[in-house]
Amino acid sequence: MQNEQSTIKTILHRTAVAILILALLSPLIGFFINAFAFRWFYPQLIPQEITMRAWENVADPNSKVIEALINSSVLAVSVTIISIIIGLPAARALGLHQFRGKTIVEFLVLAPTIIPGIAIAIGLNINFLRWGLAGTIFGVGLVHLVPVMPYVVLTLSGVFANYNPEFEQQARTLGAGPLRTFINVTLPSVFPGIVVAGLFAFLVSWSQYILTFLIGGGRVITLPVLLFSTASGGNNANTAAMSLVFIAPAILILILTSRFLSGNSAAIGGFGKV
Amino acid sequence: MTHVILDNLTKIYAGTDVPAVKDFSLDIPSGRLIAFLGPSGCGKTTTLKMLAGLINPTKGQIKFDGDDVSSVPPEKRGAVMVFQNYLLFPYMSVGDNVGFGLKMRGVDKKIIKQKVDEMLDLVKLPHIGNRKPSQLSGGQQQRVALARALITNPRLLLLDEPLSNLDAHLRDEMRELILTIQKELKVTTVFVTHDQEEAVLLADDIALMFDGVLQQYAHPVEFYSRPISERAARFFGGMNFIPANRQGQSLSTPVGELKFDAQNNQNAPSGEVQLTIRPEQIQLNSDKTHNNVQGTVRSRIYVGTYTRYKIMLGDYEIEAVRSADAFDAINEGETVSVHLPEDRLWVVPLDGTRKTLTS
Repeated sequence: MQNEQSTIKTILHRTAVAILILALLSPLIGFFINAFAFRWFYPQLIPQEITMRAWENVADPNSKVIEALINSSVLAVSVTIISIIIGLPAARALGLHQFRGKTIVEFLVLAPTIIPGIAIAIGLNINFLRWGLAGTIFGVGLVHLVPVMPYVVLTLSGVFANYNPEFEQQARTLGAGPLRTFINVTLPSVFPGIVVAGLFAFLVSWSQYILTFLIGGGRVITLPVLLFSTASGGNNANTAAMSLVFIAPAILILILTSRFLSGNSAAIGGFGKV
Repeated sequence: MTHVILDNLTKIYAGTDVPAVKDFSLDIPSGRLIAFLGPSGCGKTTTLKMLAGLINPTKGQIKFDGDDVSSVPPEKRGAVMVFQNYLLFPYMSVGDNVGFGLKMRGVDKKIIKQKVDEMLDLVKLPHIGNRKPSQLSGGQQQRVALARALITNPRLLLLDEPLSNLDAHLRDEMRELILTIQKELKVTTVFVTHDQEEAVLLADDIALMFDGVLQQYAHPVEFYSRPISERAARFFGGMNFIPANRQGQSLSTPVGELKFDAQNNQNAPSGEVQLTIRPEQIQLNSDKTHNNVQGTVRSRIYVGTYTRYKIMLGDYEIEAVRSADAFDAINEGETVSVHLPEDRLWVVPLDGTRKTLTS
């Protein structure tokens, strides 16, 4: 009886997982086939001819895909690093200390998730033009920080809420200066949280379209910007190939950091196992 | 091996008016084991953290062997603190935890490994260097925390409530270990506790604190026989109190006139005072002819090696103990003559009027 029950359970469990994976992957399968299809018309199930033409287009400097990939990577990595550097002290203060006006500060940190990005971008654009930041990769990076910071500060302040700062005092009396204490005690304690916050920061910056488009003014080409114009151009194969280029790094990073997202990690409870 | 002096140490936390610690002065001879004793919130942990350099004093000085270290940061001060909850770094092995202090000083890895083994032997936990702190029991974690502190050869060892998180039998074991190691290494040590028994069992000298103020700094015995105030006497417990008016050698009390030997108690206050005496110094049915008061036995409890009596002297209940081999039985309800030896009487100021006593 018990064996039978557990067999049924296992079958149910496996079916559920299979459906989930299929649902998540099926759009990708479409991309995958499209990226290699030459002629693919109804009612054929698979393309009649396979071609690398779309991938030649990706590699061609005229298509600017490589340039966009580099821009997107530089932006996402720098935004991630800068957001952690800014977010760490802010999160520490919010997670560990009570102070006057804390609720207001918390609200202001969250504000960018409430106010539409387009409103921020249009308002900032005027000033960025005046300061010569519009149309530069630096300006775009700066504006990416606006939607990124709430994720970073929220994730990290959750980590600091469970953090005992006496560990730092302990390290100090044992002979570690402030810098060594930070490197040997603070960082390892909150490291899982930093990875998760960094993951959010990277993905939010990586997929940013509106802000890049408005502040970059067409002069800073990133993958989402390029993808939008290619998709409206109507070449399915090129769009699909580009989409894969766009998705691959994000998935790779997600896989690399997945162990920090799991329920066992000290970083965040409540995410369950991935 | 450091002579530590606290000179008028005061701490007023930002946003408060009442000092957490006020004009605290103390001289700790080299190699001594000192207890900071007091109820919670009396400022003892604040003082400990000031010694460690983790809290900056508002006023006053801390001297190690004559050098003012008040502004020396904790990592350069050499005063290592062992926290109440041990605070072993969870992501490091036990060995790495113990070696932490030496690693921070840039000591060679081989030497660190050797010293770590020595220290783990010292705290009687050999061969556990590769384990994670989470695999250890509370008592073991405490000993690892002690080893981690001692490996740096600290000038001053600070222990915050070192026994309070342990159960009874572990507590005895840990107390023995601290005593043995402290005497062996002769490291000047200060520990904080709210338990007077723990302080008496472990410390060479006790600094008793109330409300951020040092009350009395003396050998443990003094607190029982010569408390400085009624509150100090009550904190240690087991004392009898009778209000009295002292004029020179005589005490008038609600239970009668008593003679008082001022030789013992030269700084004794005069006027309205509180008369105290310990239960074991009261003599029942003695043949002495003075300082005798008639009392009624209210209850008698036999505690094996001695018998404890509760006796009413007028409106005042006192406690007396008597060795079990006293052959004349005293029963409940009997009238008994209570002798209060003049050289055992001790007077303290009435609470609330706490005059400063210079001892």
